[in-house]
Amino acid sequence: MKAGIVVFPGTNRERDMAIALRTVTGRAPAMIWHRETDLPDLDLVVLAGGFSYGDYLRCGAMAAHAPIMAAIRRFAEAGGHVLGVCNGFQILTETGLLPGALLRNAALRFLSQDCHLRVERNDTPFTRHWATGDVFRTPMAHGDGNYIADADTLKALEGEGRVAFRYARPDGRVDPGDRLSNPNGSQNAIAGVLSPNLRICGMMPHPEDLVDPLMGGEDGKPLFEGLVEALVR
Amino acid sequence: MSSGSAGQKPVDQALAQEFGLTAEEYGNVLSIMGRTPTLTELGIFSVMWSEHCSYKSSRVWLKTLPTTAPWVIHGPGENAGVVDIGQGLAAIFKMESHNHPSFIEPYQGAATGVGGILRDVFTMGARPVANLNALRFGSPDNPQTRRIVDGVVRGVGGYGNCVGVPTVGGEVNFHPAYDGNPLVNAMTVGVARQDRIFLSAAAGIGNPVVYVGSRTGRDGIHGATMSSSEFDEDALAKRPTVQVGDPFVEKLLIEACLELMATDAIVAIQDMGAAGLTSSSVEMAGKGGVGIDLDLDAVPQRERGMTAYEMMLSESQERMLIVIRPDRTEVARAIFDKWELDFAVIGHLTDTGHIVVRHQGQVEADIPLDPLADQAPIYRRPTAPSPAPAPLGPITDPLGIEQALIRLIGCPDLASRAWVWNQYDSTVGGQTVKRPGAADAAIVKIEDTSIGLALTTDCTPRYCRADARLGGAQAVAEAWRNIVATGARPLAVTDNLNFGSPEKPEVMGQFVSAIEGMGEACRALDFPVVSGNVSLYNETRAPDGSSVSILPTPAIGGLGVLDDVNAAIGLSMPADCTLVLVGATTGELGQSLWLREVHGREDGPPPALDLAAERRNGDFVRAQILAGAIVACHDIADGGLLVTLAEMVMAGDVGCVLLAPQSGMRPEAFWFGEDQSRYVVAVRDVDAFTLAATQAGVAIRVLGHSGGNGLTLPTGATISIARLNAVNSAFFPALMDQ
Repeated sequence: MKAGIVVFPGTNRERDMAIALRTVTGRAPAMIWHRETDLPDLDLVVLAGGFSYGDYLRCGAMAAHAPIMAAIRRFAEAGGHVLGVCNGFQILTETGLLPGALLRNAALRFLSQDCHLRVERNDTPFTRHWATGDVFRTPMAHGDGNYIADADTLKALEGEGRVAFRYARPDGRVDPGDRLSNPNGSQNAIAGVLSPNLRICGMMPHPEDLVDPLMGGEDGKPLFEGLVEALVR
Repeated sequence: MSSGSAGQKPVDQALAQEFGLTAEEYGNVLSIMGRTPTLTELGIFSVMWSEHCSYKSSRVWLKTLPTTAPWVIHGPGENAGVVDIGQGLAAIFKMESHNHPSFIEPYQGAATGVGGILRDVFTMGARPVANLNALRFGSPDNPQTRRIVDGVVRGVGGYGNCVGVPTVGGEVNFHPAYDGNPLVNAMTVGVARQDRIFLSAAAGIGNPVVYVGSRTGRDGIHGATMSSSEFDEDALAKRPTVQVGDPFVEKLLIEACLELMATDAIVAIQDMGAAGLTSSSVEMAGKGGVGIDLDLDAVPQRERGMTAYEMMLSESQERMLIVIRPDRTEVARAIFDKWELDFAVIGHLTDTGHIVVRHQGQVEADIPLDPLADQAPIYRRPTAPSPAPAPLGPITDPLGIEQALIRLIGCPDLASRAWVWNQYDSTVGGQTVKRPGAADAAIVKIEDTSIGLALTTDCTPRYCRADARLGGAQAVAEAWRNIVATGARPLAVTDNLNFGSPEKPEVMGQFVSAIEGMGEACRALDFPVVSGNVSLYNETRAPDGSSVSILPTPAIGGLGVLDDVNAAIGLSMPADCTLVLVGATTGELGQSLWLREVHGREDGPPPALDLAAERRNGDFVRAQILAGAIVACHDIADGGLLVTLAEMVMAGDVGCVLLAPQSGMRPEAFWFGEDQSRYVVAVRDVDAFTLAATQAGVAIRVLGHSGGNGLTLPTGATISIARLNAVNSAFFPALMDQ
């Protein structure tokens, strides 16, 4: 799998993501500068976490108009695989490649803590190394992760099975009204969503920060292992 | 020579006094200049000779601290301290205060505190890998406290999270002595190659002086002077002297500077911190023994009509000054263009030994640099001893062990800090091995190596108030102990000396005693001071008009190293381990949290500190950790032994069953005494451990074993882990989220 990570001014989790990808692929991903207008030959484009453009205006809003985004849109339209994590997810919603938006966390505070995600389907490149219903632990670190979408969009997402991950209790129970298990107050406790072709995934938490027992566990690793397996060529 | 803008007050002794210079200091300015200085010159003298920049009250004492060791590469005098951590790498670190701004405008005060200390570290060529802090707030009952805690925590997080440097540790305390004068001490740790360390001494006559980063505005003018005086009733009216931070620009500046540092373009570099363009240009030229000419028309400005005085005194954030090789100017410019940052050649080095500042065709300042530095005031201020604390006398236990434990783990100084930590991104970078609360020191791995850094901040101000010398030594010893408890080898400290007004003899006495104690502990533990910061005039006005000093607070930031980070251990213990107390217990309740929380008393002598025992116990514990004999470890600090055990139980969600306390001692003294130099360790082979301790001459005592769903006291009573957690986690949400 050839992976590339896009770096915008203010991106700050590109190193974490590179380590996670290197851990499973054995090779360093390409780092792609936001002013590029073409992508190299890639199987996976990753939009990493951080504060692109300082989160000024609105999280992800300015990055959505960076020169590289036209190339990413073409890549996606051609069936390419895209993973957006945290600020990357925000950028994907701002570009319209994924539906919905991320509001300020319900408690209006930045939240950096572990959370648990329930895998909603396992027939996608992002989730194939889990079983449907599996629960895994992952760090989250964001101020604006409160997922919202209008009623029709939400209905379509749920109806088409395009929710990849939900915030859950360790035992798998989902309760959107419970601030302990759904810390940022997301609608339907949605933590990650998929595009209609299941090849674009956006999620708020950071599985890339839990791929090494030394850092507290490997709970995030299946996501990357699944991608390598799906995108091998 | 310009006389400054029209309409300005005349430069005279009255204005000098307004700028914080004494009559004698102003007389010295006149004799150096041989004429009346311009407004800009007076501004330059006043900030360079402020307490904040000149350390005039503290310098003679700071010189007594030990600053060398075979592993120290650069001690005090550079932007930050530098130590050898092996494999050709260096850790670069420092702690700095932003106390006064954080009372006036908590969010920006704390945020720019973080930004400033980050620049001190990356200006030396290091990529910042961790932030820590030491925060002291007023009484939780004070109506201002909530506002200040909220703003400071948001500010620390807002800046650190955005620049993408994990905030991995720190301490938070509450005491009424900080009402109206909170302490915000921020520490940054970075890592650089030892052959790529950048210093600030300018060199090369004719070399261009380059300004990079944010544009200069009118913010923070005279910030350094503000932080060198006491607060009065108009403290909040000083809001315009507080700087405003932009962590996004800082992030770009870090990346651009590190990219430039990978080339050979830089001769010298320094951030524009306190006193901005003035201190950076004066210090760089002064250290290099050269002169410097600045053309202020070339300075990137974000406001119109700024005067030379305003530009030289501005403390706008996220700016750096670089002396560059002339043939590399365009290479450097291209890097800063890439990162969309301002880049301007604003001057050059000269052989005049003067700083000459030009603006709009006028010479606004022309000052000889040598006397500006050499004749900076140095004061050996009068000191007065503080009375020794009276002995405690007989003490009763009105509450019982179980109830006292519940009260202690719920009290403001011991309650879970998760509410605070959860607002700081502690995992960005993917190298955080032990997050806040998981071990006595945070552990951060150095990417692409096996090296781990152990980082902590420590001070027990109530000990310092009772006995400043012992308190200073104890702060150093506790930092050392916290590093040892993870298995790391302690290397060096940075200090942040927060005290009241040096013009009060009793405060100056505390300051001198604390430094003596620190020096003593640093020498005994081979734990030198490599960088630091002094914050004086931490005073507020009492309702009766008198001036109230903060508790003496010499905060210590400690750094240690693990050659193999896999060896690091934390608080969590598995079941079926034997719990062993390392170190002797006499049951010292003076100045203990038990005494304060149960009896409402803050008195008695603080616990004694035997530095030889400290060293012996610590070296033994570290060796046993590295040998794999100890699987969990927690030093015994605030609250004593039983609180330590409860914290271990909560950290790992594994209970413990305790044996009877030491005979010949009151139970509360055994369980809650704050005797120093002690650890609780979890071991699997207690016989082998006992033998090793005997051979090392270290006192140990078996406390019980791990396992179960609660903390079981010798009486058989069990406090469930759920109850411990509920009590421990209640304080912050109750205070802040109402």
